[in-house]
Amino acid sequence: MEAIYALAIGVLTASGVWLVLRPRTFQVIMGLSLLSYAVNLFIFGMGRLMIGGAPIIETVAQADPSLYDDPVPQALVLTAIVIGFAMTALFLVVLLASRGLTGNDHVDGDPEA
Amino acid sequence: MNGWVNHLPIFPIVVPLVAGAVMLLFAEARRAPRTIIALVATLTNLLVALALAYIASDAVPSIWPDGIAVYLLGGWQAPFGIVLVLDRLSALMLVLNAVLALTSLIYALARWRKAGPHFQSLFQFLIMGVNGTFLTGDLFNLFVFVEVLLAASYGLLLHGLGEPRVKAGLHYIAINLAGSSVFLIGVSLIYGVTGTLNMADVAARASLLTEDERILFETGIAILGSAFLLKAGAWPLNFWLPSAYGTAAPPVAAVFSIMTKVGIYALLRLGSLLAGASGASVPAPFNDGWLFGIGIITLALGTAGILTANQPQRLVAYCVIASAGTLLAALGFGGTAMKGAALYYLTSSVLATGAFFMLCEMIDRTRQTGEDLPLEMMEPVGQESVDADFTDEVIGIVIPAAMAFLGMGFLACALLVAGLPPLSGFIAKFLILSATLTDTAAGPVPVTVWVLWAGMLGSSLIAIIALCRMGIHLFWSTDEIMTPRLHLGEAVPVAVLLLLSVALSIETGPAMDYLNLAGNSLSSPQIYIDAVLSGSRPPGPSPVSSIPVEGIRQ
Repeated sequence: MEAIYALAIGVLTASGVWLVLRPRTFQVIMGLSLLSYAVNLFIFGMGRLMIGGAPIIETVAQADPSLYDDPVPQALVLTAIVIGFAMTALFLVVLLASRGLTGNDHVDGDPEA
Repeated sequence: MNGWVNHLPIFPIVVPLVAGAVMLLFAEARRAPRTIIALVATLTNLLVALALAYIASDAVPSIWPDGIAVYLLGGWQAPFGIVLVLDRLSALMLVLNAVLALTSLIYALARWRKAGPHFQSLFQFLIMGVNGTFLTGDLFNLFVFVEVLLAASYGLLLHGLGEPRVKAGLHYIAINLAGSSVFLIGVSLIYGVTGTLNMADVAARASLLTEDERILFETGIAILGSAFLLKAGAWPLNFWLPSAYGTAAPPVAAVFSIMTKVGIYALLRLGSLLAGASGASVPAPFNDGWLFGIGIITLALGTAGILTANQPQRLVAYCVIASAGTLLAALGFGGTAMKGAALYYLTSSVLATGAFFMLCEMIDRTRQTGEDLPLEMMEPVGQESVDADFTDEVIGIVIPAAMAFLGMGFLACALLVAGLPPLSGFIAKFLILSATLTDTAAGPVPVTVWVLWAGMLGSSLIAIIALCRMGIHLFWSTDEIMTPRLHLGEAVPVAVLLLLSVALSIETGPAMDYLNLAGNSLSSPQIYIDAVLSGSRPPGPSPVSSIPVEGIRQ
């Protein structure tokens, strides 16, 4: 499971970085989205992978940490998703404004540059 | 008796947040209530920051011993709950931010707030984000507050719109989104290894790691450090800075001049904690060699930029880079005496660049040609007559001798930035250079001292040349200069910032007493770690069952 998980993060990051370095604004925003997916998965992975483990400890009697998933990374991921989503939406608006002002979708506003 | 005093550390976050949110309830056309709320909130923020700095200094040791206040949000004890930590360094940064915020706001009220919607709210959220980064005690909240300040700064950078601003904004947002991803990777890697996000706890656990964990931990720290260096405007991650700061609306650029210092603050804070706690060497970008090297290169690059800039605001943007480089190099040089000197330089350079950004825009108005009119208007929703009174410059009290004011202001800013006597810029550079000698009194002078002297003096010389050239071009080229009409509300903030620099140079003794205290507490981080982890025990019998808001270290 760890190998597949790591591979998924790696592929997402590689595609994201490649797209961020492309000259079109739409490619850049896709790249940033892929990067943020990769980062979110990575944060999850840092809480150690576990199948079927609940992140909430049910009773004090069963308070054995090995039976439960780490809740902190899940809270972090939730925050990161919300922030990332808002920032992507904002970037989209700026992207459209740039398209409207310069008349093309190059990141420098000028395809010849 | 001092119950309310213990709640002061949360005020710099809550006041701008509430003010910014309440302003959203008023329609865009109702300027008077928004202006009053903004002024009251920013003034409150300044007073709170001053009170915090006063209490954190040794003036009242009974309230917060060692000048460290730990505020437990929700009453949960430190490594489990979220804490705000106020020490002398963060109090200093809060005061700087509050001063800059108040002056920029007054400057913006004269003209600039009308150039786009929701300026006032975004401005308050920016203040909140910056204050939060200075106060937070854990890494993830540092990320959240950095995102808050970035989100507000995206909006403010685009304030007034226009093609150059949108282009610079696109680059600025893209690089900061990528930077946030890097930030998160670093934070989560550190969490994965140490199992904690609290900065004091991370530092305390760093020394207990095994060899394998240590490698992962240092990787995480290095990734996090890269994100901080990006915010600080350090080479090679600063190519976004000149165009972003050079095109932003002037009052916005003035507050932005403290945003690079957020990165410096984060480097300083985490670096000091890691240095004190772990017996092993400090991990990569936080240790002296790295900071010094990056700082010197940044300084050289910023200086070269100052020489090439042909537009005043862009020149100031390069001055911001040069000051970031000087700071990083000085902090990388190491030594306790250097920390106080570097903090003095930080204070002086923030005041100077803030004033310079605002002055540049007023100087721009002396150019008759208006081909690059910086104000393209975006019509706010539900407001018709926005540009009618925006272009009208004659509202309000017009100050006499406008050209003399601009000339004197430019001269003062140039002296401050280049570090010539008699203003505080000179004293700051002198203190840094003299600190290099006090720390290495015995034995041969190491090569780093020579490099730092050459870098700082060379940079000053080049800055003088470039600023002289710019001044001659702006004020003495006889053709096409017209005397602009300056409002009182625009002249006063610049004058206040410059007078503060004068006051700083006159009162160097008391200022250095405080800054040396701040530098000393950075050099002995164990006090900070102990205060956060053990001293923060809430007064009640059990931390969970006590009333949430009273969890304050007594």
